[in-house]
Amino acid sequence: MGNNKKELLSLVACIAFYAIVQGLIMLDIIGPFWELNLILICINVILAVSLNLINGFTGQFSIGHAGFMAVGAYFGAVLTVKLQLPFIVAILGGAAAAGFLGFVIGLPTLRLDGDYLAIATLGLGEIIRITILNIPYVGGASGFMGIPRFSNFTWVFFATVFTVFFIRNFINSTHGRACISIRENQIAAEAMGIDTTKYKVLAFTIGAAFAGIAGTLFSHYFYIAHPASFTFMKSFDILTIVVLGGLGSISGSITAAILLTFVSAALAGYPEWRMIIYSLMLIVLMLYRPQGLFGNKEMSLKIFGRLMGGNKRGNTQGN
Amino acid sequence: MDFSFTQQFIQQLINGVSLGSIYALIALGYTMVYGIIKLINFAHGDIYMVGAYVAFFATTFLKLSFFPALIVSMAVAAALGMTIERLAYRPLRKAPKIAILITAIGVSLLLEYGGMLLVTPQPRTFPALFDTKIFTFGNIVVNSQQVVILAISVVLMIILTYVVQRTKIGKAMRAVSFDTDAAKLMGIDVDRVISITFAIGSALAAAAGMLVGVYYNSIDPLMGIMPGLKAFVAAVLGGIGVIPGAMLGGIIMGVIEAMVSGFISSTFRDAAAFAILIIILLVKPSGLLGKNVREKV
Repeated sequence: MGNNKKELLSLVACIAFYAIVQGLIMLDIIGPFWELNLILICINVILAVSLNLINGFTGQFSIGHAGFMAVGAYFGAVLTVKLQLPFIVAILGGAAAAGFLGFVIGLPTLRLDGDYLAIATLGLGEIIRITILNIPYVGGASGFMGIPRFSNFTWVFFATVFTVFFIRNFINSTHGRACISIRENQIAAEAMGIDTTKYKVLAFTIGAAFAGIAGTLFSHYFYIAHPASFTFMKSFDILTIVVLGGLGSISGSITAAILLTFVSAALAGYPEWRMIIYSLMLIVLMLYRPQGLFGNKEMSLKIFGRLMGGNKRGNTQGN
Repeated sequence: MDFSFTQQFIQQLINGVSLGSIYALIALGYTMVYGIIKLINFAHGDIYMVGAYVAFFATTFLKLSFFPALIVSMAVAAALGMTIERLAYRPLRKAPKIAILITAIGVSLLLEYGGMLLVTPQPRTFPALFDTKIFTFGNIVVNSQQVVILAISVVLMIILTYVVQRTKIGKAMRAVSFDTDAAKLMGIDVDRVISITFAIGSALAAAAGMLVGVYYNSIDPLMGIMPGLKAFVAAVLGGIGVIPGAMLGGIIMGVIEAMVSGFISSTFRDAAAFAILIIILLVKPSGLLGKNVREKV
């Protein structure tokens, strides 16, 4: 019961936050530049939290998230531009398409472990992008142009809230615990009777579907879906957010998404220095905090005991 | 029709082998580093770019000829590789693997955008270092660059094989790659071996960078991304961690790419590379020459 109350409280807090920000946008206190960044933050949060489900909670190392985002971006755009369907259908369609592709791709590739899975997902992400590049129906190399701007702060914010709640509740469910047990020790999980393939594919599919939502929101804000926006560098960006925030920490992903988007925005005035400072920051943060800002802990809850390097090493040395 | 098909096939085979030997040189660095510390060194493709730029400046400003420039470029890249390993990867040796991977991505971005800042993002024309001779056999064309690329690659690979198989440091490298802890117990200075591995891998990448400059006449700060990724695929194709595998994988990769762009369409060239990757990972993840490792409980 207490849990429900807490849930309700955080929902109210979200709505209050939304009301304040929306008010500020309407009063023009938050100008277009910061509104753009707010939207980018929300999209990055969706991407990071959904990737965290795959990488952080299920322990399956995927670096092809931009591919699923691209599928969502293009499929959603086809639905609104070519078929004239409403935006909500496009969002759901983008999610379904990306989720379906995630399922189809995940089924064979999730047999692979560790680095091999990473390489395979990287390759698949690129294959998706190159395939899109070669489809004239969606604009080919010059991109899908003329997408209406349906995304606004309201859509993006509530999609983000939905994503975070969905994935948090998923992780706290039986299925989520099965996923975490795969991360902790796949063989032990299997011995406990957990169908590891099923849960890996499930996590992968859900992660891909949310990446599709993020993609649809993305293309319907920037008027265009371009293959160059979904290269493996984009996947790395998302991965960076996840690792920086801490694998297996949703609040960490949110914090890191906000932090990195702000850093990126603050450096927008110095384009030639921007990526240099960004990359240096990345290296330095990893050198001094390899487990990410939050490790695998949540802001308030401490659900998950020990996993990440620092902790684990301490234990083994202690033994 | 049939006649021209054979000819085009041979022509693409030749183009593919010379392109593939460049992939092989880059792939060697990936595979050696992976074999020894299990790190996908994403910055490797950018070291190849740095090698190309060093060679460019050595030939244009210092007016060096081909071989001195090659040696300068390899030496600078080796020093750079060792520095990167020392500053960015060594402190993280015991950290979670993904942290090192992110650091490698960071280093890669730093080299790319640092390069853009230092040498401007505009592509530069690589000077012609020797007269291009074109040999024709019937309708098949081979130019002297292709011959030079192949010759240099083969020589470097022979030297590498000798170093790894016949010298003391090579033995140490194999030992560390086989079992790091046991090697440490046998008195091998693991850090030094890793450092040297990075130096050798980077030097080979730099040589590849210079050869590409000579071949395509154009270099730019982002030139390392795609070849780096493809060389990595080549390393996986041959069996990551296996040195002859990287050479074989590189050549196969180059040939397939040349065939796809020659017979189908050059826009599918990159997709072909990744499709090979997926197929090999699903069918034989340990690669063509890799050994199967059983999962231990």
